[in-house]
Amino acid sequence: MTDRTVKMIVGLEVHVQLKTRTKLFCGCQTSFGDEPNSHCCPVCLGLPGVLPVMNREAYRLSVMAALALHCTVAPHTKWDRKHYYYPDLPKNYQISQYDLPLGSDGYLEIETEAGRKKIRILRAHLEEDAGKLLHAEHGDYSEVDLNRTGTPLLEIVSQPDLATVEEVRAYCMSLRQIVTYLGVSEANMQMGHMRFEPNINLHITENGEKHATPIVELKNLNSFRAVERGVAYEERRQLAEWDETHSRMKAGTKTTRGFNDSTGETFVQREKEEANDYRYFPEPDLVVVEPKPEWIDELQRGLPELPLEKKNRFVTAYGLSEYDAGVLTATIEMARYFERVAELSAAPKPAANWVTQGLTREINTRGLSIESAADFPVTAERLAELVKAVEQGTISKTIGDTVLSEMIDGKNSAAEIIAAKGLAQVSDTAALERMVDEALAANPGPVADYRAGKKQALGRLMGAIMKASGGKANPKVVSGILEQKLHQ
Amino acid sequence: MGLQRQEVEKVAKLSRITLAPGEAEQLADQLSRVLDYIGKLNELKTDDVAPLSHALAVANVFRDDEPRESLPVETVLANAPSRTAAGFKVPRVLEGDED
Repeated sequence: MTDRTVKMIVGLEVHVQLKTRTKLFCGCQTSFGDEPNSHCCPVCLGLPGVLPVMNREAYRLSVMAALALHCTVAPHTKWDRKHYYYPDLPKNYQISQYDLPLGSDGYLEIETEAGRKKIRILRAHLEEDAGKLLHAEHGDYSEVDLNRTGTPLLEIVSQPDLATVEEVRAYCMSLRQIVTYLGVSEANMQMGHMRFEPNINLHITENGEKHATPIVELKNLNSFRAVERGVAYEERRQLAEWDETHSRMKAGTKTTRGFNDSTGETFVQREKEEANDYRYFPEPDLVVVEPKPEWIDELQRGLPELPLEKKNRFVTAYGLSEYDAGVLTATIEMARYFERVAELSAAPKPAANWVTQGLTREINTRGLSIESAADFPVTAERLAELVKAVEQGTISKTIGDTVLSEMIDGKNSAAEIIAAKGLAQVSDTAALERMVDEALAANPGPVADYRAGKKQALGRLMGAIMKASGGKANPKVVSGILEQKLHQ
Repeated sequence: MGLQRQEVEKVAKLSRITLAPGEAEQLADQLSRVLDYIGKLNELKTDDVAPLSHALAVANVFRDDEPRESLPVETVLANAPSRTAAGFKVPRVLEGDED
């Protein structure tokens, strides 16, 4: 027990719901929250004699995601039947991909405190979702809603390259960022568009001997927080179990556990390996897909700038800090918004400050978000006008904050607010000289201090003048006049 | 091929089929003969033949992502042996015995 190291090993399976209008194999609309069983047809109900036909858009979106994850896109791919019995699966099999996934051998680069790390992607494949089970609160039955049945999902499987909870979190968030940048998924967590299944075990070295704990798969986690808590819990639980039982991993076996959101604990769901026998075989109702290399090249060329590339560019092209660039590329909407403000104001760095500080503060207190553009009151054009007004010295930064607040609550432009409230900065020398004279007369103490060599007294005089002007005095001009007069 | 009784029982379990006493042995024998028959294919030399996953020499059959009308809920539920107002009614499924 004296000499022990513990290393956690995590691999992730992530299901991403693709942004298509219709299901994977039929023309029923993909939907959320609609009347149960109102988006069903013979195909997704699994009635006899029907034929599934692949949704072209679902395949295209999948290939885009695979390319963005640096996967090799298979020149020849097929679909398979995965059999299991559950009331939310009307056909008694799920159409999935087994041995020839559409994408394989890629990677995703994540950022951690220790730097960037490449997480290898084993495979990405396209499959259909199952329906939903609603458990009646009273009574001994469950209700089945098949609206979700047949919704296209991209399953992305990583190699076991994640070693900490932080890395797991970074991976999940980065994946969400990429699929939303690509527009392949809305990745709305509340709607269950992303579901995570981490595979976790520990490598324990004790007195020079290496051991691996049994692998646990956590099923169906649907928030970043649940993934973090579930993985952290497993890390502790497996170590405690090791201390107690010294139970080791057996090849080919894994235990399935669920995660209880209210207790933060995981619980056993299934231990028997035979239940994992899905009797896969090629789906005879679907023909193979053989994408043309030119088509793949075209998609590759058409990929948008991805989050990390964009972040790097914001740092090098605009001179932003890594931190600000990270905040501004967190979502594609944020990045687009900032770039538009930067372009229109021709002042990228101040634009970045306004977006990450003033604007963020104001919208947070009002519960607004840049991502929901429809009800977001300050368009990039309007904010750019404000940034320009401050940069050109029309108003001070402090007055700018007031103007921004008014812009959010009303419809007026920065210029209109400045004009209506007489907020324009006073740079007129004669007017400012009068203010300085009054301040000097009213503050004999600090004047004497300054003249006696206490230079910090200047700050108090500046403060008095700015206050007297209602923040409108141009501080640069004031400090010039002030020093000149004090030295007279 | 020589399929064992245990294998038949395993497949029966995965398929949710209950076997009557003696049926496992009977099916093991019958299925063994089916497998032996199909096993003749293994006599062919296929080293230089690429695996075929589909009998049709057709690839890339797609449909456009255009919505089509779904069935009315009443029609969807018409075949349900048991139903609620808008859903299929099934015996209570507890969390934990999922796929």
